[in-house]
Amino acid sequence: MASGILVLCEHEAGAPKKTAFELLGKAASLAGGAPVTALLIGATGGGQLGGYGATAVLNVTGGDFTTVNTGSTVAALQAAIAAVQPAVVLAPASLAAKDAFPRLAARIGAGLGTEVTELRAEGGKVIGRRPMYGGKALADVNITSSVALFTVRQNSFPQPTSTGAAAPVSALAVTVSGVDAATKVVGQEKSTNTVVDLTEADRIVSGGRSVKSAEGYDKMIRPLAAALGATPGASRAAVDAGYASHSHQVGQTGKTVNPTLYIAAGISGAIQHLAGMRTSRVIVAINTDADAPIFQVASYGLVGDLFTVCPLLTDELKAALAG
Amino acid sequence: MKVGVCLKQVPVSDSRIKIGASGAGIDMAEIKFEINAYDENALEEALKLKDGGKATEVVVLTLGGAGTETMLRDALARGADRAVRLDDPSFAGADSLGVAKALAAVVQSEGLGLVLCGRHAMDDDNAQVPAMVAELLGWAQATVVSQLELGAGSFKAWRAAGGGVRDIVEGSLPAVISADKGLNTPRSANLKGIMAAKKKAITVLSADKVGVGNLGASAVVKLTNFGLPPARPTGKVLRGEPAAMVKELVSLLRNEAKVI
Repeated sequence: MASGILVLCEHEAGAPKKTAFELLGKAASLAGGAPVTALLIGATGGGQLGGYGATAVLNVTGGDFTTVNTGSTVAALQAAIAAVQPAVVLAPASLAAKDAFPRLAARIGAGLGTEVTELRAEGGKVIGRRPMYGGKALADVNITSSVALFTVRQNSFPQPTSTGAAAPVSALAVTVSGVDAATKVVGQEKSTNTVVDLTEADRIVSGGRSVKSAEGYDKMIRPLAAALGATPGASRAAVDAGYASHSHQVGQTGKTVNPTLYIAAGISGAIQHLAGMRTSRVIVAINTDADAPIFQVASYGLVGDLFTVCPLLTDELKAALAG
Repeated sequence: MKVGVCLKQVPVSDSRIKIGASGAGIDMAEIKFEINAYDENALEEALKLKDGGKATEVVVLTLGGAGTETMLRDALARGADRAVRLDDPSFAGADSLGVAKALAAVVQSEGLGLVLCGRHAMDDDNAQVPAMVAELLGWAQATVVSQLELGAGSFKAWRAAGGGVRDIVEGSLPAVISADKGLNTPRSANLKGIMAAKKKAITVLSADKVGVGNLGASAVVKLTNFGLPPARPTGKVLRGEPAAMVKELVSLLRNEAKVI
């Protein structure tokens, strides 16, 4: 009988990412005393994850797992599910997990909820809730297969503080063969001007049509973003006008983002833009038009011209963050 | 090599979404539809392969009612050779795995060697079907691809890996590739293409013809309790002298919101 929760803990060179703690904390509250197993692929150790809710840690290591390949990730998850027999598997909605999980779901005949933002235990099941239509609607995801798979949008749940407990760590041997071994990552390319991917960014400063030119974007939006350690974003209008590249576009036809702080400068707030950023924790709107729809979602609205406000805000933030 | 392209018709991106009666779904009454934007990149890549002599035929596939034929006709006008529409009352309520089963069956019966899809559909935002089709066929996959090179029996794909990094993935054909926006610039249909498309075939297949059972009944994922996103609490609006507003904002971000 399937019970408990398996959590895919992503890591950076062995150090668990923030999403690992976030998911373990949530898993512990959902499990109601059932086991919570942390799965580390391509890393050893992780006993400290016990402090965040894991009751056991599994390490899958070996030459097949030194880089993140779709096939090896699927094989490791499949083996961990067979070993642990969980009722629920949680993973961050990272590009890697969103690549591997549908393949895993098809292999084991399981239901998958993509990028849920809420999870609740109800009647012995875990039910997810997820944005659809680029964030314009939400729906419950009810999964009836014996194991339910969910990828979870980053920052959906609070970061737990460690209790200091340690969880037992064991190794799980996994062989990667056949189609799983056939496709490989052979290299990586770093894009030159992107600080952090928008979907992973904790702070975003976006510019809209009112930046008026690529030069306006570079002089108003980028310095403000730099002062905050934020990722520069843009509205579709700004991208269509050529002020910023498509990789910066926030909204239904660009990236859906979930940062702690989102600053929208000169963005009126078209419905498809609001859909992509409305779950941001704090939204700041800077716009000359006090009736612009962006003010309806803003935590703080500044009625003013971005060409005046942005440089002042950049300097004020530099001073505040330095002190 | 015959190349397949999976297309989906979705609400236009500036649609205002309303919830249907008792939260059972979306009220589609006033919605206008368009081809999913990422599917246009998938189609363009297939057409480029045909232009370059690497594809012998481009077949577009969709699962949907007669209303999707405008989209299929547009794809034929852009240069696709044939269209296959999968349509059956039993498809209602199918989950991603069900849709993938139907598509995989047609990919097999059509003898396709490469399938291109959009990275996700801008309605359910699931991003599941491409990798599921690959798994069901036992094929290689590369998702969220912004650059693609085909060799003899092999592919090289640049896929988004997060943090501004692209993974370069190598594998063997046959494969399923899901397209990101940067892959290419989709063409529009020209008049000659529109005329030619009128003579091209759209084949309609029922569940029996596809060779799948009742996909609605076998779904393991059910969506319920549809709702609109909760309204955000009313914020503070600052007006007046810019320098004073900026000082107040920084103070609010630090002391009230505690985000800096």
